[in-house]
Amino acid sequence: MKFTLSWLKDYLDTNATVEELSERLTAIGLEIEEIIDPLAAISNLKVVSVDECVAHPNSDHLHILKVNTGKEVLQIVCGAPNARVGMKGILARVGDYIPSFGQKLEKGKIRGVESNGMMCAEDELGVGPDHTGIIECPADAVVGASITTIYPSDPVFDVSITPNRGDCMSVYGIARDLAAAGVGTLKPLYDASKPLVNTTFKSAIVLKNEALEIGAPYFTLREIKNVKNCPAPKWMQDRLTAIGLRPISALVDVTNYFNITFGRPLHVFDADKVKGTITVRSAKEGEKLLALDGKEYTLSDGMVVIADDNGAESIAGIMGGEVSGCSDDTTRVLLESAYFTSEAIAKTGQKLFLTSDSRQRFERGIDPHATIEMYGSNMAAKMIVDLCGGEVSEIIVTGAEPENAPAINFDPKRVLKLCGVDVDKATCADLLKKIGCEVVDQGETLKVTRPTWRSDITGTHDLVEEILRLYGYDKLPEIPMSRPNGVHGILQPKQRREAAVRRAMANRGAYQTITWSFMSSKDAELFRTAEPVLIANPISADLNEMRPSVVPNLVNAARSNITKGMMNGSIFEVGPQFFGFHPKEQETVACLMRFGNETDRHWAESVRAYDVFDAKADALAVIDAAEGPSSVQIAREAPSWYHPGRSGAIKIGKTVLAYFGELHPKVLKAMDVKTNVCVCEVFLDRLPMPKKKAGKGMKVLKMSAFTPIMRDFAFISPINVDVEKFIGAIKNVDKQLITDVSVFDVYVGEKLGEDKKSIALQVTLQPMEKTMTDDEIESISRRIIGAVQAATGASLRA
Amino acid sequence: MTEMETLQQDLLKQVENASNLAELDAVRVSVLGKKGIITEKMKTLGSMQPEERKVAGQQFNLLKEAVANAIESKKQSLEDAEINARLAKEAVDITLPVRPETQGRIHPLYQTYDEVIAIFGQMGFELAEGPDIEDDFHNFTALNTPKNHPARQMQDTFYLQAEENGERFIVRTQTSAVQIRTMEEKKPPIRIIVPGRTYRCDYDATHAPMFHQVEGLVVDTVTNMAHLKGCLIEFVKTFFELDKVPVRFRPSFFPFTEPSAEMDIGCSRQNGELKIGEGNDWLEILGCGMVHPNVLKACNIDPEVYQGFAFGIGLDRLAMLKYAIPDLRTFFESDLRWMKHYGFVPLDIPSVGAGLSMTGGNKR
Repeated sequence: MKFTLSWLKDYLDTNATVEELSERLTAIGLEIEEIIDPLAAISNLKVVSVDECVAHPNSDHLHILKVNTGKEVLQIVCGAPNARVGMKGILARVGDYIPSFGQKLEKGKIRGVESNGMMCAEDELGVGPDHTGIIECPADAVVGASITTIYPSDPVFDVSITPNRGDCMSVYGIARDLAAAGVGTLKPLYDASKPLVNTTFKSAIVLKNEALEIGAPYFTLREIKNVKNCPAPKWMQDRLTAIGLRPISALVDVTNYFNITFGRPLHVFDADKVKGTITVRSAKEGEKLLALDGKEYTLSDGMVVIADDNGAESIAGIMGGEVSGCSDDTTRVLLESAYFTSEAIAKTGQKLFLTSDSRQRFERGIDPHATIEMYGSNMAAKMIVDLCGGEVSEIIVTGAEPENAPAINFDPKRVLKLCGVDVDKATCADLLKKIGCEVVDQGETLKVTRPTWRSDITGTHDLVEEILRLYGYDKLPEIPMSRPNGVHGILQPKQRREAAVRRAMANRGAYQTITWSFMSSKDAELFRTAEPVLIANPISADLNEMRPSVVPNLVNAARSNITKGMMNGSIFEVGPQFFGFHPKEQETVACLMRFGNETDRHWAESVRAYDVFDAKADALAVIDAAEGPSSVQIAREAPSWYHPGRSGAIKIGKTVLAYFGELHPKVLKAMDVKTNVCVCEVFLDRLPMPKKKAGKGMKVLKMSAFTPIMRDFAFISPINVDVEKFIGAIKNVDKQLITDVSVFDVYVGEKLGEDKKSIALQVTLQPMEKTMTDDEIESISRRIIGAVQAATGASLRA
Repeated sequence: MTEMETLQQDLLKQVENASNLAELDAVRVSVLGKKGIITEKMKTLGSMQPEERKVAGQQFNLLKEAVANAIESKKQSLEDAEINARLAKEAVDITLPVRPETQGRIHPLYQTYDEVIAIFGQMGFELAEGPDIEDDFHNFTALNTPKNHPARQMQDTFYLQAEENGERFIVRTQTSAVQIRTMEEKKPPIRIIVPGRTYRCDYDATHAPMFHQVEGLVVDTVTNMAHLKGCLIEFVKTFFELDKVPVRFRPSFFPFTEPSAEMDIGCSRQNGELKIGEGNDWLEILGCGMVHPNVLKACNIDPEVYQGFAFGIGLDRLAMLKYAIPDLRTFFESDLRWMKHYGFVPLDIPSVGAGLSMTGGNKR
């Protein structure tokens, strides 16, 4: 909501400065977005008189002036045709800011003559359109005074109005609220002792209102004949221009001016362009209307329109129609002033995707009492007649002003209860009266009737807010929160687990990233296992689907880093992925991706490309960090986006806890990534919660007094036997004694034959009771070999 | 010089002349070994007269001791020389760079998230969460924002494609939806914070289509707006790690609170640099207010008995302000250089007790 200072002062009698107004507006909830003062940047320019004016020796149009600033006399070169001795003008001196130049004035010589400044034209300073010559100040202008004595400063206020404050969608409303807050007094709208308009005839127009129940409970029209449309007066044009509206003609500008000044939407039809009976009715399904914005709208049943025999002429409360609009030739108008309900206007506006100043005001609720009286039809008719002449008809009224809401029985103690600040009953009553409430003291409570312009006030809590607002939010005391008894964790187990996983992944050298929860269907379809969850109104075509997986976003992140020359990296995200359209059809995934090599080339290390085993290690580490199960199965199964031979799943029973592996080359190609990428996806919500234990005490540690014994075994087996089988078979030989089995060599090569591999394992034996004898060691070694042979078909390597 | 003196001089010279441990050992054997010179001399004692033996024995022992000491000290010096020679050979160029190690990073947003949780945690707030996809009831209607309410236009909502039955779900515009889910599930007293992803159909330098909020909700029989002020002032002081932060509460509007307020903190803006806690400017950091009675009613909580406050803070904005990160969009760009620079080392875990944040230096 924009307005100028002088506009506000039409209605508010105050000496407050711009700064004071700004501070008070913000303090009462009318937040200042910006104050634009076109004169602020040039207020140091001064009125000067021209004492001497001679022709420039080297020019046929330039003059050399001696100008008097009141303190000194300066030499100025000037090219304006109106420069002459005795005139008063505005001088910009060296170093002064010139808006049209966008910079400060520099000292210079013009055709060999020194010039210590510039005599300014209106357009150069942005104070007016004139560029025919330099500014001519009135003869009584004071030499040495600021330019603001010639062009009074009229700063533009831009105030952000919250949706509940429909009453402040107007200059008058803001003045009224400032007055309530003690900043000046509200001026009367007009001299109430005299009638605003003399109605001289009864219009022949027939008006029918069929929309009383569907959004137009109160609708009035009046005819004004013999008007002469013309441009609006300069002061009105200046104000409209200052807030970004384009002046059109007096008849149209009056409606815009009322909208901004009083929050009173009006419409003016050209009476000679409407035909037959005027009907306020529901639109017919599919009915079309060319609106004043030049667009055609297709209306539907339930939208209120103002129609004539030709059909809809205006969308009620939102926008008029092109056909019946006023033009320069208009001589007879119908002035509409109505109260439309905010529900009806909001519904229609949303359906049509059509917004306007008028809609904004109706939607937030306008003052129904100001339909005819106050700043309603009478006052508007007077303004039209004042500007365009003409005769005013009697008003034609349908429906009636809606009744105000019933009084609220208000207990002033609620202020203390809700706000913690004690405002006594008398002060409450006083503050409520200031905003226009009718207040009756009933002893314990107050009977409060809201003013007609405050439709947002519906109950006790609204009154509490109004009282606190005017009493001052700055007077709220500051009470610390009571502390809960005892110490307890505030995280649910699930959240604690996610926090641990994030730190664990970073601890493994990966960088945490956050990517959009949506992505392009083009990428998503490579990673989708369920129906796509599409967004109806995506912000762009490549963010149109709720992500079925986090992986594609990380692939794109990898590619973008590679493009910028960062060839190696590890990144992770912990966040949601979606498998349905409904709330909760999502799960939390911890996804870690590594691309390129583990390190750059280094004098002490060999370069190693990330592979499936990095992904597997990451997946297992995440499960550990989340306190997931310590015993899991590794299965040779993974979705289509993985390399089928270099990927797998981590499961318990049938539940997949994680996938890991290298990405499928086809997927990488489709997403234009030219390096190796491995990834793990751990589905945190599927991990079983660790069992709750009674205390935090740990299991007793048993340490053997005897040295562990290491024995190495090498087997040759068919190539397709999993190493896991070897390890399982060995461990099963003696679960107490065999504490570790590690694989220290895997060999495949010609020497063994194509379908064979060699596996070397180190087995750790940890005796607990006594040292093992050679015979005992020999015996268990034989059992290990036997068990491996039975389980895998391998033979001991010779 | 006596014979013994000559012999001692000769033997000590032999020891001195040994140039390595092997030669020294040969000397030792030739002098002190089974057939060594001194050993042989000792053997002659048996055939001497007692008086003579006493004198000779003393002399032989002195000789033996002198030579043995010399051998031991020579051995020490030869060993030192040998090890010094080896160490000299083993010397490396210690200016070579160390083996590469990778240190990961926590995203600044999640560092902030952990900080916020730590602060509200010690005020007794529990963490609650809710789904990203929401229904109209939880995101709007129950929050006193019925259909056609102009406040719905304050937020540009993402809609999912409609179901066959015409029902249409949305992607939540605010974490406030979790207020409703929490109040549906449990009865007061309630004291929760709700961090999470939120979405609005808006994208420019200061708006991202996805961002993060922390919602706070307190419902009991006594908590009033002065507590709200106390709670939030404590929060900003702890969060920005400042003893004093000027704070301003302004009336505002949110459909689900009344009275509503926006909170500004004092700051200065000079030469493009923003400083929190000093200066004459104000910076809006959060919206808050007393829970609207209609919201309580929507959750079957009696507004005549229960009351409380709610607030909503933009996490992304908090992170940007505290850590002077200039552009919101960079949060979501996954640029490795950015993550390395603005990210936090994993062991920098925020704690109110230990001091909220480390200095942020020395990241590798």
